[in-house]
Amino acid sequence: MVKVTFVASGGERREVEIDKGETAREAALFNDVPGIDGDCGGVCACATCHVHVDPEWIDKVGRLQEDGMEAELLQFAEGTTEYSRLACQIPMKPMLDGLVLHVPEQQY
Amino acid sequence: MNTQIMEMDTADKIAAIPIEEIDVARPSLFQNDTIGLFFDRLRKEDPVHYCRDSYVGPYWSITKFDDIMAVDTNHKVFSSEAKLGGIAIQDMHSVEGALDLEMFIAMDPPKHDQQRKAVTPSVAPSNLQLLEPIIRQRAAKILDDLPVGEEIDWVDKVSIELTTMTLATLFDFPWEERRKLTRWSDITTAAPETGIVESYEARREELIECAMYFKGLWEQRINEEPKNDLISIMAHSPATRDMPFLEFLGNLLLLIVGGNDTTRNSISGGVLALNENPDQYRRLSDDPSLIGSMVPEIIRWQTPLTHMRRTALQDWEIGGKQIKKGDKVVMWYLSGNRDGSVIDRADEFIIDRKNPRHHLSFGYGIHRCMGNRLAELQLRIIWEEIHKRFSRVEVTGEPERLYSNLVRGITNLPVRLHAR
Ligand code: HEM
Ligand code: FES
Repeated sequence: MVKVTFVASGGERREVEIDKGETAREAALFNDVPGIDGDCGGVCACATCHVHVDPEWIDKVGRLQEDGMEAELLQFAEGTTEYSRLACQIPMKPMLDGLVLHVPEQQY
Repeated sequence: MNTQIMEMDTADKIAAIPIEEIDVARPSLFQNDTIGLFFDRLRKEDPVHYCRDSYVGPYWSITKFDDIMAVDTNHKVFSSEAKLGGIAIQDMHSVEGALDLEMFIAMDPPKHDQQRKAVTPSVAPSNLQLLEPIIRQRAAKILDDLPVGEEIDWVDKVSIELTTMTLATLFDFPWEERRKLTRWSDITTAAPETGIVESYEARREELIECAMYFKGLWEQRINEEPKNDLISIMAHSPATRDMPFLEFLGNLLLLIVGGNDTTRNSISGGVLALNENPDQYRRLSDDPSLIGSMVPEIIRWQTPLTHMRRTALQDWEIGGKQIKKGDKVVMWYLSGNRDGSVIDRADEFIIDRKNPRHHLSFGYGIHRCMGNRLAELQLRIIWEEIHKRFSRVEVTGEPERLYSNLVRGITNLPVRLHAR
């Protein structure tokens, strides 16, 4: 198991655990973390699992690849920043144990 | 062959049709609601199905959830471009003098992306929430004025009225003239064959009237302080305020068309589904907090747009079948939404599903419905207000369905209201 902390837009923190190999989307959904819907089932097709990676973690997680579906979907999302990623595209490797993700105010 | 199939309406007869003769483009199958039996067969026997000959020409049917997802997210191979035929099984045709409005729903990147990016903020949920109290208050008024205990047509008295009201609110459209919006939405997509307009000439004239009207509203809003309605937002936002007028009009009409039939039929479809599933209706009555998960389930169940179409830009394989460059490829959302290999108990209407939004009704990928949360917001408000007033909306007769292979519509639904 690895730990992930989700920080809501209001500042509340929720630490959850998830099997390694799952993605950060599952970490949120299996634990009913509000604000992450993941409509498409985790196949990078809906952008309802948008998160802002904590700046301290962005290098380990990796930045958004400029071309590809993830970037194409995120260009239409509300409130994107240079730390924006889709949670379903973040596999929870052991090196990400303790990861901090911020949930944007709107998720649509 | 066709006339023979036309009269077939029983499961046995449908089961006996040779698979290669199945043509799901025929609007009558949607009107008599036998279409589900055809899709059940295709999903089982021939999930990527080629129909050689139909009134819309040859086309591929994609019927399983995962295959639809694969096409929908592959816009580099599967194009939405209007000039190639667009997004519906029937080709969008350019008719001389028809006044073609360009809409990004029928464009590919990069143009699609630029336009969608510009318009998206106008329907951002943070904006829409500001309109919620007005929508709620107006919905309440419409529902309060309905006669209790009498038989009424739910479609005309409620679904159309509520949808028109929300559109008028979203655009802050002059209230007394709000049915103009419904009319303009209807003619935007109408061809003379539908009976909605007499000729392309007549349609053109009405659309010009519509354009002038919106030009007036635009000029009024641009000279006022910014407000929360979509026209004001578009008139003031840096991304949209310098848009050429015809482009603005195309985008505006897309927002109106996108939210018109779809919302209307979701309101009607919800009432029908609850009546066909009385156990679910009872659960809703006992626990109105289920409205939140019921709304996406209604949208799955109804599937207001039965399909979206693409055109292959190169040869491509799906489900072991060879699609050729230039082929017409139809993603049947209505079928994918009943695919039991992805959706648990897909043939049942269940108002408290664990992942109710895992359905295809809004499409996926870069064209995924821009109004999806707005549609849910409207339906949630409406159901909350219905629940406060009526213990039951009882369907008292057979529904009538629309003759269309694209819009899954209910044209008449007799009901009786029971006061709470
Ligand atoms: C239950 C109601 C609705 C349903 C089922 C629905 C369905 C859809 C579908 C299937 C698409 C995808 C088109 C494609 O892939 O080619 C779409 C796109 C779109 N919808 Fe909706 N829609 C609904 C409500 C609305 C509302 C209320 C609006 C108003 C804001 C709206 C605006 C749009 C727009 C602008 C697009 C084009 C997106 C693009 O091409 O990038 N829709 N809708
Ligand atoms: S869950 Fe749909 S894009 Fe991540």
